[in-house]
Amino acid sequence: MSQAADRPPAARTGRDPVMVSRRLSKWFGKGDGLVRAVDEVDFEVRAAETVAVMGPSGCGKSTLLHLLGALERPSGGELELAGSRVDRMGERALARLRRTAIGFVFQAFHLVDELTAQENVELPALLAGASPRAARQRAAELLDRVGLADRATFLPAALSGGQRQRVAIARALSNDPLVVLADEPTGNLDSAATLEVLRLFDRLRAGGQTLVIVTHDSRVAATADRLVSMRDGALVDETRLSGGTRGNLGALAGLEG
Amino acid sequence: MQEVVLAMLAKEPSHGYELRARLREALGPIGEAMNAGQIYVTLGRLEKAGLVASEREPGLSDRPDRKVYELTPAGQQRVADWLAEVAWPGPAPAEFHLKLVAAAAGRLADPLAIVDAQRRELLRLLRDTQRAALAEPTRSTAGLLLEGVALRLQADLRWLEACEQHWAARTGEQDREAPRSEP
Repeated sequence: MSQAADRPPAARTGRDPVMVSRRLSKWFGKGDGLVRAVDEVDFEVRAAETVAVMGPSGCGKSTLLHLLGALERPSGGELELAGSRVDRMGERALARLRRTAIGFVFQAFHLVDELTAQENVELPALLAGASPRAARQRAAELLDRVGLADRATFLPAALSGGQRQRVAIARALSNDPLVVLADEPTGNLDSAATLEVLRLFDRLRAGGQTLVIVTHDSRVAATADRLVSMRDGALVDETRLSGGTRGNLGALAGLEG
Repeated sequence: MQEVVLAMLAKEPSHGYELRARLREALGPIGEAMNAGQIYVTLGRLEKAGLVASEREPGLSDRPDRKVYELTPAGQQRVADWLAEVAWPGPAPAEFHLKLVAAAAGRLADPLAIVDAQRRELLRLLRDTQRAALAEPTRSTAGLLLEGVALRLQADLRWLEACEQHWAARTGEQDREAPRSEP
């Protein structure tokens, strides 16, 4: 029933950290108007782990994700990705890092409307310098992995929300990133499409992909191995969800005895 | 109801009518349906069970109003157990709400810690539900029942988020006021 319970927990918790932040901070404004959007956050993501970051809007969780993905520069603190100090990198190294080591998934999909599903997924490989043929082959593989091989020639407008997000996830996987960062990946999806995306994340996780998901949706958070809560820019609570007691589903649904 | 009355007493020994006023304030319009006699009946039962003790104020008439109630050590233990308890379904919204109100008023426990504990429990249950839902084939009829359970858990989790925001703001205010109120 529960695949998570079948895997030895040590296999996931014993691995080296992929991403480590120490006192990572991002401030906006100055003086009295200073906002500590991310306030000295110590955070660690281990290989093959899925971490969900939750918190009320404005708590800084999206800013944290942008820092982790090197989309924004920290105001202070350290960030390490696979042993390299990201906070010390120059612009060119950062751009390279974003292209090759990190996959992004956004709430609004951010697909190019004029390109087919296949062409959207090819883009990152092409930008990273792959040959058109290699990019095409890689994209076809990835679309197959997300269960959309039969939709390769469709434009995004002809796809459902869940399918569009799966295309976006395939694109994020294009350069075999060390970590996939997802910002409210189900924010624009209904319940059935959310389940589609969660099934896919679950498969990625089973395949050893490291994932960090910022989400408002407790159903998404509940599928993570570890959940951290943010409040006012700081991490305030951590829950390890794997290895928890398996509740009695019958009792939950109201079946007594 | 018994635990709620006990927790309301944890702050300080009180008259029955004071307890009633505190409950009415905490419950708002929902508390208006509360029977005035209910508090006294509950207090009587709690006294018999050894969880509260009462003392009649000297020199006043013999009305039940004139008694001052306080928690016995057993009553205090019961309140602590109640605050630490996490479960679902339940506690009902009013009970959980009063737990937070009582915890904050009596400085018995951090309301945010209670919210966090409850959230952890609900998330574990939601995880189990989601795991089962993901294992179901798409459009399965049984999956629909799991979705119902998941949506109810989600609604409760959202309310916990609102509780968290409210009590985080309150705790902040108290911390700022504390230095002034203490001599």
